[in-house]
Amino acid sequence: MYSCIKNVLHLEALVDLLFQDDRIVAMGPAGHIPLPESCSVTDGEKLVLMPSFIDAHVHLREPGFEYKETIETGLNAALHGGFGQVMCMANTRPVNDNAQVTRFMLEKARKSHPDGPKLHPIGAATKNLAGEELAPVAELKEAGCVALSNDGRPLASTEVMRRILEYAADFGLTVIDHCEDPTLAVNWVMNEGEMSGRLGLKGQPVVGEALQAARDIMLAEYLRLPVHIAHVSSALTVDVIKWGKERGVNVTAETCPHYLLLDETSLEGYNAACKVSPPLRTKADRDALLSAINDGTIDILVTDHAPHTMHEKMTALDHALVGFSGLDLAMTLTWGLVRENRLAEDALHRLWCRRPGEIFGLPTNGFAPGDPADFFLFDPHEPWVPDEKTLYSKGKNTPFYGQELFGRVKHHWIGGRQLF
Amino acid sequence: MSDNRYLWQHKDLLDTSQLSRSDVFHLLDLARSFEEINKRPVRKVPTLQGRTIVLLFVENSTRTKTSFDVAGKRLSADTHALSQSGSSLNKGESLLDTALTLQAMNPDVIVVRHSSSGASLFLANHLSCGVVNAGDGWHAHPTQALLDCYSLRKAWNGEFSGKRLLILGDIAHSRVARSNVVLLNKLGVHVRLCGPRTLMPAGVASWPVEVYSDLDEAVKNVDAVMCLRLQLERQQAGLLPSLAEYSRRFCLTARHLEGACHSVSILHPGPLNRGLEIADEVADSASSLILDQVAAGVAVRMAVLYLLATRK
Repeated sequence: MYSCIKNVLHLEALVDLLFQDDRIVAMGPAGHIPLPESCSVTDGEKLVLMPSFIDAHVHLREPGFEYKETIETGLNAALHGGFGQVMCMANTRPVNDNAQVTRFMLEKARKSHPDGPKLHPIGAATKNLAGEELAPVAELKEAGCVALSNDGRPLASTEVMRRILEYAADFGLTVIDHCEDPTLAVNWVMNEGEMSGRLGLKGQPVVGEALQAARDIMLAEYLRLPVHIAHVSSALTVDVIKWGKERGVNVTAETCPHYLLLDETSLEGYNAACKVSPPLRTKADRDALLSAINDGTIDILVTDHAPHTMHEKMTALDHALVGFSGLDLAMTLTWGLVRENRLAEDALHRLWCRRPGEIFGLPTNGFAPGDPADFFLFDPHEPWVPDEKTLYSKGKNTPFYGQELFGRVKHHWIGGRQLF
Repeated sequence: MSDNRYLWQHKDLLDTSQLSRSDVFHLLDLARSFEEINKRPVRKVPTLQGRTIVLLFVENSTRTKTSFDVAGKRLSADTHALSQSGSSLNKGESLLDTALTLQAMNPDVIVVRHSSSGASLFLANHLSCGVVNAGDGWHAHPTQALLDCYSLRKAWNGEFSGKRLLILGDIAHSRVARSNVVLLNKLGVHVRLCGPRTLMPAGVASWPVEVYSDLDEAVKNVDAVMCLRLQLERQQAGLLPSLAEYSRRFCLTARHLEGACHSVSILHPGPLNRGLEIADEVADSASSLILDQVAAGVAVRMAVLYLLATRK
């Protein structure tokens, strides 16, 4: 069956999009694509057309922490946030370090969202994320894991990191490393610096992140294997990654919208809503990260969606849990950078779709004939307020809670089906 | 009172950073009038009769709690202590629930001691009654800084401007140091800090202080030295090689004070680790204000409770 979305804005040009079943047939200037005889036509009302995004770093909390989020509610947030595929981290309870858990996750996703968004579990890099013994990678890959990570439990041992990189390579799986020297940052609350000293809070120095990134890059070069650096938060780490790329190391990296939009000053007044791991850094780090996503030093954006209940955040800063709910808001927030001319619109395609697809071997829509018909329409002007009602995620823990934002995902097609 | 038009405008006392110079001198003047009560045979006035003060001490403290309790009782307020043991406060109850529970008791003032920096601000934001920060984590201890200034005001005959004061010891983990640096700067005192680099706060270079790692240098020509208590767990945390080496470098002795001003005053917030951060001969010398500080504590806390309970 043929379908056509007429009058949508693709990189500021008014276009029509023709697709058949789950594949793109053609995209061209509005009114210039010949339509087949039986073709359902939808008026796109000059909304912005975007390829469905990939979020390569989310926490969906199921199994084990269903009170924070379930695979169903998480995928709902993804669908309404413009994500067609999400990669979920392994720090569930039990940890996703065996095929049973992976299959359980995939089964849950298939039941609640048979038409998408697609869930791609990330296997634990070590058993129970303990950082000691390798997880059964063959079993995880066979069950459907698309990458490996010890996210949430930084790897102290360089030897263990080396063996993970090597063993994962047998299966062509990329290792995503949460870089944080755990000995340099015990019980930290925020970024270490003038502000943590003044507020009397234990800080986490940027060197803890940059050191482990440097470790990973040197290992990747030595072993001639790829490595992916998770949620980069600092200018120093950007420099280290740039150094690695200049040496030809197969290193890729991600950052999150919140590191581009917020800095540590948001924690003034001990604001636990802004506590996240890694912590928000300084204005200079923010600027460096924005340059890095523009020049490609940082390859992709991810949300690091980390839903929690409000009572886990509404407490003293040092007791509050880390993380932000992000799937509902990512497109709105990063479009804000486009609106302010700090990021080109096509960079959103690259950062949220094309590059994550390349790095993790997932199919993406480049609007070429034969590409998957995964796309969404976005109204860049619609005002809305993230709150209990408007957020699809169970996690309402976003620093933007209650603030008026502009731009909202209006419709989303996955596999050629309009899911809302 | 120093100024008839003066009006105390704070619902809470969370840190010295919120106070203007007029606030400080108004409060210290008021404390002086209360000190007079503390010397009477019957040390009680009906000023806060019928008022309720809750002492919420989620972190252990005997001295500060007792000081606030005595201060409240001398003003005839009803004081109720809620401490860590015998309550659910430290058994996983969230701070917000604690706040709501206390609110329901409808007190006039809550005095909070908590191990989390920012805990008293969190409570103040959620409570309509006055909140006094009696120490939050490493962040602030405003009544301690105020009583230190009360003692110094007497020792220095009311002159703060241009005086030199050294804060000695574990600055990084000290709420007493933070509140004092802010307050003393406001009063025109030149503040010096001395301690090992491992016990200096992040970003100390941007503080309005001079930083020393050599005690002989630091103590030269100072008008007062404030020793801090060294928590013994700092050694286990790997911040010090040994307590013996610490005391060799930073224990304040009579010999050090030869380089200080003749009339140097010695302060310590207590409790003292004698021989570790302060030598007996210094703690017990004529220049020691340490016991004077305890007496000043009651008077200053009477003033604070009075101002917050009556907002005058």
